Amino acid sequence: MFMLEKAMVGSRRYWVWVCALLTLIAVAFGFYLHQLSYGLGVTGMSRDVSWGLYIGQFTFMVGVAASAVMVVLPYYLHNHKDFARMTILGEFLAVAAVTMCMLFILVDMGKPMRVFNVFLYPQFHSVMFWDMVSLSGYLVINITITLVSLHAEQQDVHPPRWIKPVILLSIPWAISIHTVTAFLYCGIPGRTLWRTAVLAPRFLASAFASGPALLILLCLLVRELTSYDVGKKAINSLAVIMTYAMVINVFLLLMELFTAFYSQVPELTEHFKSMYLGTVGPNSLLPWGQLSVFLMIASLIPLLVPTMRRNETILAFTCAMVFSALCIDKGVCLVVCGFMPSPLGTMTRYVPTLPEMTITVGVWAVGALMVTVFYKIALSVEIAREASYVPAYKYAAGEGVTGLQAHARSNQSV
Amino acid sequence: MKITRKEFLKISGACLVALSGKEVLAVLDNPAEGQSSSSSAGKARKQLGMIVDTRKCAKAEGCTKCIQACNAAHNIPSFQDPDHQIKWIWEKPFDDIFSSYETQYLDASLKEEPTPVLCNHCDNPPCVRVCPTGATWKRPEDGIVMMDWHRCIGCRYCMAACPYGARSFNWVDPRPHIERLNPDFPTRTKGVVEKCTFCSERLANGQLPACVEACPEKALVFGDVNDPKSEVRQMLAKSYALRRRAELGTGPNIYYLI
Repeated sequence: MFMLEKAMVGSRRYWVWVCALLTLIAVAFGFYLHQLSYGLGVTGMSRDVSWGLYIGQFTFMVGVAASAVMVVLPYYLHNHKDFARMTILGEFLAVAAVTMCMLFILVDMGKPMRVFNVFLYPQFHSVMFWDMVSLSGYLVINITITLVSLHAEQQDVHPPRWIKPVILLSIPWAISIHTVTAFLYCGIPGRTLWRTAVLAPRFLASAFASGPALLILLCLLVRELTSYDVGKKAINSLAVIMTYAMVINVFLLLMELFTAFYSQVPELTEHFKSMYLGTVGPNSLLPWGQLSVFLMIASLIPLLVPTMRRNETILAFTCAMVFSALCIDKGVCLVVCGFMPSPLGTMTRYVPTLPEMTITVGVWAVGALMVTVFYKIALSVEIAREASYVPAYKYAAGEGVTGLQAHARSNQSV
Repeated sequence: MKITRKEFLKISGACLVALSGKEVLAVLDNPAEGQSSSSSAGKARKQLGMIVDTRKCAKAEGCTKCIQACNAAHNIPSFQDPDHQIKWIWEKPFDDIFSSYETQYLDASLKEEPTPVLCNHCDNPPCVRVCPTGATWKRPEDGIVMMDWHRCIGCRYCMAACPYGARSFNWVDPRPHIERLNPDFPTRTKGVVEKCTFCSERLANGQLPACVEACPEKALVFGDVNDPKSEVRQMLAKSYALRRRAELGTGPNIYYLI
């Protein structure tokens, strides 16, 4: 069932990594139990800053989940063959990311045991209801796609015909999850940092930069650790997509800044001043806001210079820059600074506490564990399939032994 | 006449389309109709509101009787940590509440004048619009924005949506922090949002809200703002009044006489 047995065999390195993640999760779960019994007062959130790291990270991870579409769309709609070996990795990443989103929502809830009230008393006028619907739908769609395609690969048959429309549906659905997540914010009358029509486009642009950045890093890592290589062409293509998305993201940020600072409407400027300049404050997040802008702009150089982008070492650093810039920008600053100043003009300090950060790391560890297990299963299937092909082909060429060796090596290294 | 199943389905489908089309056309024909009928019905209905006469309020210097009465009536816990405070009615400097009306030359004493703030029981409340479970809703009979503490999931979307900062979240268990328990009013649990309900429990007994009753200067006046004969309407007809951030279209129902 679900080929989980393939995740139960692995090298010593694999098990050390899995155990480390499980330990992190266990520690975080302990802190979560404390939060559950004491209340969300264990976090740095307050009456004025009522959403913090959890909701910020949720927002960021929705983007990572949605960004799978940047591999799926070229592959299925444009028949971009380079992505053939990358698509399954992108889809599995999406499953892990959506699960993380749901966990972030759950840990942020004051009454998590009442979560099903959202479906028991559905409120069609609430964006949060639609966000729950779109996220759970996306999870189901992606689990279906990955399981069916993997099963087909394992059996070495074509996937069933009905999966194609499901894959096509996943494309607009991916766009929808992040659009609806942006609507959570931009539909609120009193928070001027968020109440901008550019928010959803900017969310999508930053998602399509940060998601591919993570996927490239994972592909490079997979190639280091196993014999599975998505191919240089795939990585280069994805890097181009990431470049476009990052440029659009920075462009949209500049649009926001121009509108605010040329019109000089205090409502519009004060948030940016507190986030990036520190002239409205004090804002405990100022260094983070500045760091994210610095990383965003700095990453544009290696992204836009083709020779640098094609150098895999530089590319890996660039991806790390893009990912961390956007993780700080969307995952912390954009959400938290929306509450600064408060409706009554107070600048309330927000600093995440140790339990809050540990729980956040714990959710990340769950995501990392899911990616590890999924990739382990998927790569075992893929490598076994390729190995079983290779000997047959090479046997004809009189190189059977090499093929068998390759098979043995791949079994070891996964 | 015989109808096959296929034909029956065709005809009924066409009828459905025609019916729904009629509805759409009716709305397109007179787009104002839907709105005006609902809003005129809203006007005819009761909408409770309050006047804060800041001149009278300022007379009693250092007075916090309205706040104390509310806190005592509703088992509001007292926290030293401002991050965890629960506030239904509280005071802020006039200048913070009406920063967009700022005239920089106003005397500092007037700028700093403590002024009561509370839930505005909006005509069009964003908190109700965003709540994913219907745990907060606008009561049709009198326009009070109510809270169900048993349904609230503690997502705090309403707190983000409220442009007045009128909502508080129970970050920790409030019960140990209640100074004197009022057995006639429920206490809350950690993890839910709460706010002023215009003392719906007192209104049900024919009483005025606790804050209105407690004010020694009679600076708080309570009534139906949709009834032209009510005291609040008589007062609002005669003097200039401010509402907090009315430009957002929320339709706040707390009026400040200045």
